[in-house]
Amino acid sequence: MRRKSERLVLLLCALAFGAALAGGASAQTQIDPPAAAESAAAPQAAPDVPSAPQPAPLTGLAKALEHFLADDFSETDAGIGAVAATGDARAAAIIEALQDRRLLFSVQDKKVFYKDKDDKLFDAATGSAAAGAGPPDLTNVRINNRLRRTIDAALGGLRLQAGDANRRFEAAQAVLKSRDENALPALDAALAKETDARVKRALGQARAAVILHSSEGSEADKLAAVATIRERGGQEALNLLASLPAGTPPAVVGAARDAVASIQSQLAVWATAQNAWYGLSLGSVLLLAAIGLAITFGVMGVINMAHGEMVMIGAYVTFVVQELIRQHNPALFDYSLLIAVPAAFLIAGFIGILIEQGIIRFLYGRPLETLLATWGLSLVLQQAVRTAFGPTNREVGAPSWMSGAFEVGHLSITYGRLWIICFTLGVFLLLLALLRYTRLGLEMRAVTQNRAMAASMGIRTARVDALTFGLGSGIAGIAGVALSQIDNVSPNLGQGYIIDSFMVVVFGGVGNLWGTLVGAFSLGIANKFLEPYAGAVLAKIAILVLIILFIQKRPRGLFALKGRAVEA
Amino acid sequence: MHNFIRTVAERPIARRWLLATGLSLGLLAAMPQAKAQETIKIGILHSLSGTMAISETTLKDTMLFLIEEQNKKGGLLGKKLEAVVVDPASNWPLFAEKARELITKDKVSVVFGCWTSVSRKSVLPVFKELNSILFYPVQYEGEESERNVFYTGAAPNQQAIPAVDYLAKEEKVQRWVLAGTDYVYPRTTNRILEAYLKSKGVKDADIMINYTPFGHSDWQTIVSNIKKFGSAGRKTAIVSTINGDANVPFYKELGNQGIKAKDIPSVAFSVGEEELAGIDTKPLVGHMAAWNYFQSVKSPANAEFIKKWQAFTKNPKRVTNDPMEAHVVGFNMWVKAVEKAKTVDPDKVIDALPGIQAPNLTGGVSTMLPNHHITKPVFIGEVRADGQFDVVWKTPGLVPGDAWSKHLPGSKDLIGDWVKLKCGNYNTVTKKCGGA
Amino acid sequence: MLHRAGILDRGAWIFIAILAAVAIAVPILNLFVPPSSPFHVPSYLVPLLGKYVCYALLALSIDLIWGYAGILSLGHGAFFALGGYAMGMYLMRQIGTRGVYAHPELPDFMVFLNWTELPVYWYFFDKFWYAAIMIVLVPGALAFVFGWFAFRSRVTGVYLSIITQALTFALMLGFFRNNFGFGGNNGLTDFKDILGFNVQAQETRAALFAASCAALALCFLICRALVTSRFGMVLVAIRDAEPRTRFLGYRAESYKLFAFTLSACMAGVAGALYVPQVGIINPSEFSPANSIEAVIWVAVGGRGTLTGAALGAVLVNYARTTFTSGFLAPYWLFMLGGLFIAVTLFLPRGIVGTWQWWRERRRERSAHAPTSAAPPPDAAARPAE
Repeated sequence: MRRKSERLVLLLCALAFGAALAGGASAQTQIDPPAAAESAAAPQAAPDVPSAPQPAPLTGLAKALEHFLADDFSETDAGIGAVAATGDARAAAIIEALQDRRLLFSVQDKKVFYKDKDDKLFDAATGSAAAGAGPPDLTNVRINNRLRRTIDAALGGLRLQAGDANRRFEAAQAVLKSRDENALPALDAALAKETDARVKRALGQARAAVILHSSEGSEADKLAAVATIRERGGQEALNLLASLPAGTPPAVVGAARDAVASIQSQLAVWATAQNAWYGLSLGSVLLLAAIGLAITFGVMGVINMAHGEMVMIGAYVTFVVQELIRQHNPALFDYSLLIAVPAAFLIAGFIGILIEQGIIRFLYGRPLETLLATWGLSLVLQQAVRTAFGPTNREVGAPSWMSGAFEVGHLSITYGRLWIICFTLGVFLLLLALLRYTRLGLEMRAVTQNRAMAASMGIRTARVDALTFGLGSGIAGIAGVALSQIDNVSPNLGQGYIIDSFMVVVFGGVGNLWGTLVGAFSLGIANKFLEPYAGAVLAKIAILVLIILFIQKRPRGLFALKGRAVEA
Repeated sequence: MHNFIRTVAERPIARRWLLATGLSLGLLAAMPQAKAQETIKIGILHSLSGTMAISETTLKDTMLFLIEEQNKKGGLLGKKLEAVVVDPASNWPLFAEKARELITKDKVSVVFGCWTSVSRKSVLPVFKELNSILFYPVQYEGEESERNVFYTGAAPNQQAIPAVDYLAKEEKVQRWVLAGTDYVYPRTTNRILEAYLKSKGVKDADIMINYTPFGHSDWQTIVSNIKKFGSAGRKTAIVSTINGDANVPFYKELGNQGIKAKDIPSVAFSVGEEELAGIDTKPLVGHMAAWNYFQSVKSPANAEFIKKWQAFTKNPKRVTNDPMEAHVVGFNMWVKAVEKAKTVDPDKVIDALPGIQAPNLTGGVSTMLPNHHITKPVFIGEVRADGQFDVVWKTPGLVPGDAWSKHLPGSKDLIGDWVKLKCGNYNTVTKKCGGA
Repeated sequence: MLHRAGILDRGAWIFIAILAAVAIAVPILNLFVPPSSPFHVPSYLVPLLGKYVCYALLALSIDLIWGYAGILSLGHGAFFALGGYAMGMYLMRQIGTRGVYAHPELPDFMVFLNWTELPVYWYFFDKFWYAAIMIVLVPGALAFVFGWFAFRSRVTGVYLSIITQALTFALMLGFFRNNFGFGGNNGLTDFKDILGFNVQAQETRAALFAASCAALALCFLICRALVTSRFGMVLVAIRDAEPRTRFLGYRAESYKLFAFTLSACMAGVAGALYVPQVGIINPSEFSPANSIEAVIWVAVGGRGTLTGAALGAVLVNYARTTFTSGFLAPYWLFMLGGLFIAVTLFLPRGIVGTWQWWRERRRERSAHAPTSAAPPPDAAARPAE
């Protein structure tokens, strides 16, 4: 008996771990470039240009580089344009170095240097390696947002014919945003050579954007450009069409106005889909936070006010796991969350069992007093974490497969949120299966429905209680791993979710996991559909009032439990 | 089941427990407090627990550090300084209670403390009634000038307006999102900014104002609205007065929805080095903050301060931030004023303080003004990947703090002057001192 | 214990006597004894003690419904805060032209946010009688409406606790909004006068303290009268076995509704007396944590013993005052949390409850009557399993 239940808990951990791994693996295959590449671009920014230091003749480059010596944003701006205009083979490398803050200058020597990925110093004008650490007054060339845009535009022009289709696509997008007239010849050349349909379309759109915003170009060209942009749709298109320069022919302005109206009505339809998506996403967060409570409160009847702190502990476990990985094996960072999931489950579950053994088992049958004791416990846990980790937020990073977003039509879906939804549903189904198909689940249900009968059938109820509480707490810990991705990792983390979690469980119906699921998603979606009209605060108040009214109508929630357990 | 119900108090062990607990509590309460004779006491009124501990704990450490440094230099007026630390636990009525206790029971000469406006408002009547001195180190909404309070943080004209000027000039911003947490500081700052922007010819349709509750964590809808607002063909920027805990989810959502600083830059007034320490800043590179101090500012005074501070906290990674610098400046001003007045008597120190100068950590010299605010430089910094800021712009000189905003109709005629007029809200039109 | 009828038993007499003594002694020792004397009560203690007394009254109101009717409200802070806001509005209107903007009618925060006229719900708050009515009426009306729905639908136990929490949470979010016209996060502060007296004057403070003691005594008597009457017996019956009481023909919901509304009115009065003594009312008073803490005071003192509730409130708050200063400051939350756990585990009857139980048992033993003691209130409160 004893061994069996232990094995079951182990099995559960293994299952959770396996599921998480499987999720991770499919994540690896699913990250299809367009969005993910962007986030990966920074570390990869290795020049497309051969970096072999070849002594180049003094072109205009040396002169162009002089701009960088002034330590002035406007001069640097001019410098980027000048360097790009030289058409020198090293131009892209230099501008990329500037982007990554690897471009340095020395006023003393009147020279500009760049460092490559390995921190080796090169003279920018000649491309030859610099001697030693370079001059003593070496300083970074500073950049700001305006310069970042100039850099993007310049690199966009330079990379339009890069080898990698994704980089070309990105370059086209950069030109679309910058609408830089100077890029037109490069665009035309790239268009002529382009074979990839997706990149070709992007190039065409970029070209249309440039033409619309250029002072030249015939009316017919511009009308065609409006049509191309209209076809593209989305907010960037609105942006382009709404900002036509003065002096645009009236016919084009009219066409642009029509296009704007059409895109807007199209976007309004998408807005509904977007609200639904946001609702789902909020609902999944609520569900994740509430699901552990659905076990401890719903199944066991323990009002666990320290539930939020279990979530917080899960988030801190994630932090510790990531710290360890950063220190010992940074290559594993992308798997940090997968490692954190079982760790958080075990640690939070273990603490849960301790709490059950130390406090809660003395208070069964007195639900209101467990409320008070666990509230006290939550204060102690919060202050303990505050003492151990400090009161400030802790940084939990996002692995690459959780960053970025992709577009479905005009609906922007962020990977992080998508994974949280999948993860939540996964946890939910696992839990359901555990309750339904395992021995522990059977015993748990038996104890819930009729404790005395279960005990007389030989079920060790005390042990089942401890394991059930540990399970609920462990799941709260898992929730913490996911929530660390979207919220503060601070000692106050749990408090923000505790009231919402109780609302979800009570609304859905105590003792019913499906009720919790339906409750969480309906509250999330209702909230997100109210928010655009009422604002964030009033929407939340409205939801609370609705719950209060709903409880009057159905005092036992959406899916009320029937049978003898009801009055317990 | 019934053996569970049997209460533990019936067991003898529980009674022994009770006795032990009671005894130890009694002992703790009766423990004599270490009393050192002939010290000057300084009250530190910062929350060490509860929601505000996240920001305020550092300020308590800063004060302990400053007091230790001063004692190494031989103390003040030949006496040692002694810190009296209390914990108002992020509970506003408790702030008032603790302030009263510090002044009347512990007899402190000065109090350094408070973070939120409401905590300041809560203790204000106490300081007025008992005539003591409070140094308040945080940027705030202005519209206040009290005899007993010295405001070493920024007033709106020392933070918000220069930041907006920078965005308009350098980033060519034409459309503005004013996003804030729904409380007095963001409300007032945004009102001031709105009036200021309109005076610069910005139209109503180009300003979007949004308020969210404290600790707001689901930013999906708001960020997508901002995105929509930003796609009207003109350069858009976010001016963020979002406070504390809500910032991390806000920035995470900005990053997730792909809003880069180069597309829609944001400038924040409540996000500093401490807050960034809890965020992965790589997606945020280029977003801005406006402060009167950044850890990355290069000056000999700053370098020395950071070195000593990290040695004091025994943490080589410990960051510094703007409110800390405000305490440094405020503390040095108080020390100089006490030396000038040759006493810690509040009335004499209050009279001595205006005009006192103390070097700030960024290379300038701040002055205490007659309206009890100080002069400060203003910096705009862009977030770097390592969680520090790159200063991209600074005011040419120091900006004097305005207690009353010139951009609000209710306060444009008011000035504070505790030197000549002896009044915090003097109306220059009616020539009368308002209030009681 | 109820069979020993009479409104005041010995404990109650002692309580009233102590309260009266304190109400008279503290103001006198503060005002008329010179500070040099060892008997002088320092000025900072007066509002502090006044605050404790207000908390005691709040605890008393919670004990009435939790200890005697089995209704655990985790939102009683809402009624306390509403009473406080009503008083705060009166005090704000008294400032008049002495505000920083010297506006004759609008409070400073409205001028500040460019409001041009007073919202309708601020009308008449310049009259004390109107504010006094509102102090009782607003919390009472809210409790009545809320209770009307909840008790008729037979929302009980945990469900009720959680929706009371939702109620106070929703109110907190609302009051935090500046657009609601209650000063948002900064709340109402910087009060000048109450009934023409300066709120900061020592005499006013002393008077407020005495008034708080009087209110506590009065409410205590009302509660005692109630719980020792037939009405109180029915309440206890509802607490112990609601369905059974209902089957016996009592309309349980009406009894509960009356107790709940009365208790909310008392909490409102406590809030109203609290505000002028601490000088600020802010939406964080609505926070669910505050309400839960107030329940703990009752648990510490002893649920179902009215004197215990008051004692628990004073003790816990005294501990807070002591332990948030000095070298123990960082450990305050450990202590508060530990206290919650310890009391529920080791002292389920609370201090006064345990004392009473222990005396009862000793009395019975000495009377050589080895019958088991009457089940303690908390054990009996549990629904039959």
